[in-house]
Amino acid sequence: MNILIAILVLGIIAALFGALLGYASVHFHVEGDPIVEQLDALLPQTQCGQCGYPGCKPYADAVANGEAINKCAPGGEDTIKKIADLLGVDVQPIDENHEKDKSATNNLPKVAFIIEEDCIGCTKCIQACPVDAILGAAKQMHTVLIDECTGCDLCVAPCPVDCIEMRPIPETIQNWQWNLNKIAVKQVG
Amino acid sequence: MTSIIERIRKSNFWHFHGGIHPPEQKQLTTNNPIKHISLPKQLILPLQQHIGCQGDLLVNIGDKVLKGQALTQSSSPMAVPIHAPTSGIISAIKKSVIAHPSGLSELCLFLDVDGKDTWRQRKTCRDYTQLSHQDIIKIIADAGIAGMGGAGFPTHIKVNSKSEVDFLIINAAECEPYITADDLLMQEQSEAIVDGIRILDQVLKPTFILIGIENNKPQAITALQKITKNIDKINICVLPTKYPTGGEKQLIKILTGKEINSGSLPIQSGIIVQNVATCFAISDAVINDIPLIKRVVTLTGQALTNPQNLWALLGTPVSYLLAQTGFVDETIDNPTITTLPAANPPVIMGGPMMGYSISNELVPIIKTSNCILAPSKVEMPSAFDNNSNEMECIRCGQCSDVCPSQLLPQELQWSAKAKDHQQLTKLNLFDCIDCGACAYVCPSKIPLVQYYRIAKAEISQQQQLDIKADKAKARFEARKLRLEKEKTVREEKNKKAAAARKAAMSKKNAAGETANSAVAAALARVKAKKEQNKENESQIPSGDEKSQVKAAIARAKAKRLAKSNTNNKEINELQVTGNEKSNKKVDESHVSNFEQNNNAKDKPPVIYNEKAQKENPLINNAAIDRKVRIAAAVAKAKAKVKAKKQQEKLAVINNEEQNQPNDSRPDNPKPNSETK
Repeated sequence: MNILIAILVLGIIAALFGALLGYASVHFHVEGDPIVEQLDALLPQTQCGQCGYPGCKPYADAVANGEAINKCAPGGEDTIKKIADLLGVDVQPIDENHEKDKSATNNLPKVAFIIEEDCIGCTKCIQACPVDAILGAAKQMHTVLIDECTGCDLCVAPCPVDCIEMRPIPETIQNWQWNLNKIAVKQVG
Repeated sequence: MTSIIERIRKSNFWHFHGGIHPPEQKQLTTNNPIKHISLPKQLILPLQQHIGCQGDLLVNIGDKVLKGQALTQSSSPMAVPIHAPTSGIISAIKKSVIAHPSGLSELCLFLDVDGKDTWRQRKTCRDYTQLSHQDIIKIIADAGIAGMGGAGFPTHIKVNSKSEVDFLIINAAECEPYITADDLLMQEQSEAIVDGIRILDQVLKPTFILIGIENNKPQAITALQKITKNIDKINICVLPTKYPTGGEKQLIKILTGKEINSGSLPIQSGIIVQNVATCFAISDAVINDIPLIKRVVTLTGQALTNPQNLWALLGTPVSYLLAQTGFVDETIDNPTITTLPAANPPVIMGGPMMGYSISNELVPIIKTSNCILAPSKVEMPSAFDNNSNEMECIRCGQCSDVCPSQLLPQELQWSAKAKDHQQLTKLNLFDCIDCGACAYVCPSKIPLVQYYRIAKAEISQQQQLDIKADKAKARFEARKLRLEKEKTVREEKNKKAAAARKAAMSKKNAAGETANSAVAAALARVKAKKEQNKENESQIPSGDEKSQVKAAIARAKAKRLAKSNTNNKEINELQVTGNEKSNKKVDESHVSNFEQNNNAKDKPPVIYNEKAQKENPLINNAAIDRKVRIAAAVAKAKAKVKAKKQQEKLAVINNEEQNQPNDSRPDNPKPNSETK
C-alpha cells in the first residue's frame, strides 16, 4: 500500500513538472542561438570568406555547430584565443590552409585599389564585394570606398583585366602608433 | 561657494595628490626680455595646428597673401582657420614634416616671405564692451585661436558654453621646468592679458575669476596684481610650486577643491580653464583685429649660447630659431642635411617632462609649441643615450605616490607590457595626463609614460577597428538582405513568365498543328536573317567600345599566358593545322559525321536547322537531301569558327610579344593598331 502511495505521489509530481516544463519550453522559447551572436561579435567582420564560409556570420554559425575555431586568418591568434575562451575549448594554432602569409608586408592592413585607367566597367568586382564598398555601374569606371573596404581580397580574382590591387593603408597622424624601436622618442628629465 | 572664495582669499589652497619638484631651470631665460626676431625667408604652415580637423584651403600656389589673411576656412565647428603670419607668396602646398612625435609629414603651405610685412585691412575695436556675445565668439573663431597651453582645443567651442559658469580659471601656472614663455608674456603684456580676461568675463559671465600662478614668478605676479588691483572679480592665486600644477584637473583641484570625474569636462562642474597666452591672443584678436599668427616660444637649454624667449611667427622653422639663439650645429649652415644624425645634440619640442625629440629641424612652430629645448650632455644625459637603461620594476611604489591622477602606474605598466587592454581601461589609463612624474621618480628608469602612450594609441586604434567591424557587419547584412530580396523578385518574375509561356503554348496547340510548322519555319528564317545582319554590323568598327573591352580582356589573358608563351604558340599552331585537316575529313564524310554528332550531343535536328540557316540562309528547307546538307554546313561553320578563334589568339599573342619590350599598357587597346 505504502509503495503504491509513494509511486502515485512521485508520479503526480513528475506529471506536474513535466507539464510545467512543457509549458515553459513553448512559452519562453528563445528564437535563435545567442552563442552565434557572441561568436560573430568576436570575428573581425572582414567577410573575406577565407574560412570557407560566405562571411563571418555563417562561420560563427558553423563554429557554434562544432566547426574548428582556427580558420579565421584575418583574426589570427587573438581571435582564436577569444573564441576558445568563450567556448571553453583549448586554443589551437591557426589552420595551415587558412594562415596568412607571414611576411611583414602581408600583415599590414590593406584596402583594395582600382587602377582606374584600366577599369573596363564590367561590375564583376561590385558583385564580389561582400560589404558593397565598390562604387560604379556597367561600362563606368569603378572605385573603392576606402573607409568601407575590409581588405578581404575577394574583388581581386574576378577582375578580368587585373586592375585591382591591394594596397597598405597609408600611415597618418591619426592612425600612427608609437613605436619605440623605430624612432628614438626619449623621455627626458 | 563663498567658503571656497574665503579659503582662496586666505590663500589656503587645496592639494592634489602626488606631484614632484624637478629642478626648475627657469633662470636660464627669465632675465631677458622677449626678443623680436627678423623675418625668416620661408614659413611652413601646417594646415592643422590643433585638435580637431583641418580647414579647407582658400589659396593656391603662386597667390600673393597679406599679413593676417586667412589661408583656410573652417567647414566644421572643430576646424580652426590658419592665417598668413606675414605677407608673401605661396610657393608650394605639399607634405612636410610637422611637429609631431611620429616625424610624419602632413599637408603644409610654404610661404615665401617678401619682407614687406604688409597688413591686410584691419578694423580695430576701441570698445569691446559694445560687442555682443555672438560677435566675440565669431571673432575668436575667425582669428583661429586654439588653446595655447599645449592641447590646442579650439577656444571658440570652449567659450561658447550654454551652462552657467561659476569659475573662470586662468592657467598661469606654467609648471614644467625650463619653460618661461607665459611668465615673460605676463611681465610684458599684463594689460593685454587682463583685457583678454575681461573679454572672456563678458562672454562667459562667471561668478569668480581665478588666476592660478606658481610662486616662482614674482615679477609676473606683481605685474598682474598692479593691474587687477581695482578689479574685485579677479583673484590672483599664488600657488606653491609643484609639478604638474598646470594640469587642468590638478589646477581645478587646487583652486576649488573640486574633482572632475573621469570622462567628464570641467564645464559640467561650472568651471572653464583658459591659458594666459590664449587670453592674450583673444585680446589681440578682439581689440586689434590680429589673428593668431605669432606666439612666445622659449628657446632654452645649455646647448644654446643665448637662451631666450622669442616672438616667433607661426611656421618659423625650428632651425631658424635655434640659429637666432646661438645653437652650434653644422646642419644649419648646410640646408641639404635635414635630419639630425644620432651624434648631433638632441632638440626637444615642448618641455623636458612632456616634450618629444624632433628628428628634423625644418619642423615649424605651431599654435601649441611653447618651448624648444636644446640640452647639453651634462644637463640631460638621458637625451643623448639612445639605449634605454630600463631595469626590472622593484615595486617600490614611488610612482603611485607621485601620480597626480591617483592611478597605479606600476599596475598600468604591467598591463601595458602584456597588452591587456581590458585591464588597462579598468585601471583608468585614459585619466593619465602623460605628465611623466612616475617616470621621473622611477629608480629602475622605466620609461613608464612611453608604455602608456603606446597602449593609449593601441586602444584607440582598436576602438576604431571595432567601429569599422560593426559598420562592415551592418553593410554585409544589408547586402545579404538585398540579394535575397532580388532573388525572390527574380524567381517570381520567372514563374510568371513560365506561366505565360505555358498558356501561350496551350493556346497554340489548341489553334491546330497544321499552321504550326509553316509558321515556325518562317520565324526561323526571319531570325536567321536578323542574326546575319547583326554579325555584319559588329564587324564594322561601330562596335568600338566592345572591341576595346574585348581587347582589354584578351590582353589580361595574354598576360597570364605570358609565362608559357612559346609553348602555347607551338601548340596553337599544331591545333590549327590539325583542325584544318579534320575539316577536310568532315567535308568528305559529312553524312556519318552528322549522325555521330547527332548521337553524341543528343539535340533535336531543329537546332541544326537554325544554325545552318544562320550560316547560309539560302539553303531551302524543302530540299530533298536536307539532313545531309545541314550537317555539312554545320561542320563547316564550326571548323571555320574554331580556326578563326585560334588565329585571333595567335595574333594577339604575337602582338603582345612584340609590344612587351616597349610598353605593357599601350594607350590604344586595339591589338591591330599596336603593331603599326
